[in-house]
Amino acid sequence: MNGRPAIKFNDLTLGYDRHPAVHHVTGEVEEGELLALVGPNGAGKSTLLKGIMGELSPLDGSIDLDGLDRHEIAYLPQQIDIDRSFPVTVFDCVSMGLWREIGIWRGIDVRRKPAVTGALSALGLLDFVDRVIGSLSGGQFQRVLFARLLLQDARLILLDEPFRAVDTKTIADLIVLIERWHKEGRTVIAALHDIEQVRAHFPKTLLLAREVVAWGPTRSMLTPENLARAGQLSAAFDAEAEICERATPPQERESV
Amino acid sequence: MIHYLIDPFMDFVFMRRALVGCLALSLSAPPIGVFLMLRRMSLMGDAMSHAILPGAAIGYLLAGLSLFAMSLGGFAAGIAVALLAGLVARSTVLREDASLAAFYLCSLALGVLIVSVRGNSIDLLHVLFGTVLALDDHAILLIGAIATVSTAALAIIYRPLVLECFDPQFLRSVSRWSSPTHFIFLVLVVMNLIGGFQALGTLMVVGIMLLPAITARFWAQDISGLVVVSVLAAFVASLIGLLLSYYANVPTSPAIILMAGVFYLLSMLVGWQGGLLWQLMPRKHLEA
Repeated sequence: MNGRPAIKFNDLTLGYDRHPAVHHVTGEVEEGELLALVGPNGAGKSTLLKGIMGELSPLDGSIDLDGLDRHEIAYLPQQIDIDRSFPVTVFDCVSMGLWREIGIWRGIDVRRKPAVTGALSALGLLDFVDRVIGSLSGGQFQRVLFARLLLQDARLILLDEPFRAVDTKTIADLIVLIERWHKEGRTVIAALHDIEQVRAHFPKTLLLAREVVAWGPTRSMLTPENLARAGQLSAAFDAEAEICERATPPQERESV
Repeated sequence: MIHYLIDPFMDFVFMRRALVGCLALSLSAPPIGVFLMLRRMSLMGDAMSHAILPGAAIGYLLAGLSLFAMSLGGFAAGIAVALLAGLVARSTVLREDASLAAFYLCSLALGVLIVSVRGNSIDLLHVLFGTVLALDDHAILLIGAIATVSTAALAIIYRPLVLECFDPQFLRSVSRWSSPTHFIFLVLVVMNLIGGFQALGTLMVVGIMLLPAITARFWAQDISGLVVVSVLAAFVASLIGLLLSYYANVPTSPAIILMAGVFYLLSMLVGWQGGLLWQLMPRKHLEA
């Protein structure tokens, strides 16, 4: 970890139809950090990740990616609109993780095939290479998506609820992979809801409830008080909401 | 026996031309249909074929029964509707099917209006059902050129198109190809409809695009297999349809499309990818 910021949020507000879902966030994610994004439903975790991916333009403030092209980020969205009945094999699906390298022209030749096979074997998918994705279970398909992420070889990896509907064995395997990415110096941000998992494996935590509730070393941030406060803050969608006049980010104000 | 299959094409130039035109169409349109089907846009081909009408009608108004003018007009109208629908879908709350429906219905109404004000019903029948037995050199060249360009373009955008069908979110996250691929594909759909409408008519051309593709779903398991099977099915349907129309003296383009429809029904029954008959005769399950 060299302490260089990989992502800088400058008074960032993201939202839908002028209603903020992530409100006045300021802060930095250092390069090589393994950061858990925690918060109740509707806290803005997915919104923040979409903002980093550029799928959503800021209502206010900005996100600085330190010159990283958004297409170089590996992103596992929560809502995946993949057609599982589509006639494509596990190998073909996973190998698309090489897109940055092969683009629309170059083939998966002898030189690149070992990389794909390596990713498949890292996720225990070698027996499934020629199966169509429609024949996989939910957990197996999640492994396929992780194998594709692995091949993307990205400096910044965003995971939105990566363990939903996945059994404990698969979760354990996926966490090994995430820790490997961390050791390799990649920046990983994962939106999670299992607090015990976060305590066990994620050194840093950003507790979000539309605003930043706490951000720092996991142990000192995930306190019962902070979690309770996050629960209270996350509610409120107000159709009659006034225009927000807040100038300074919330971390610098006295807590209300 | 073999004489019955070959003689009509040996004896008559118009039958040879019709065969060449249909085979060229059968090479380029069904692969487009495969992707329409995989994107769950099967009905979009039908909508686009209606959208072409006012352009063709304006071409007809300006230049009479000129293939070039009508094709150019139809192409312009089809592209305009496809692009407008795509743009509206990507920048408003409307889904692509709703915005396409809105534009093609306006376009169709305009087309019918123009044709009925200025043309007569015989011309309209030609536009709707084609004149495959009266293809001249220009028509053959146009169909051939469209088939060539379409097949080459499909080969170029093949990989992003597959991803755009299968996981558009991922394609958007790794490259800028998502929107260009979508629009190039729409252009290819319109091009193939234009290529076919002289021969089969604006309505029937959708049949040669989609029926073989849907038929292929009962035989092939991957995309390249789908493409090959759909092209073969279209070839055979064109050949049998032409012969049927020759011997039974029935209109050609419905005969071809009906043959493709017969293939579909047969495949639905006996196709080894989930054909109905196989489901009625369940086989013993495997060990793993």
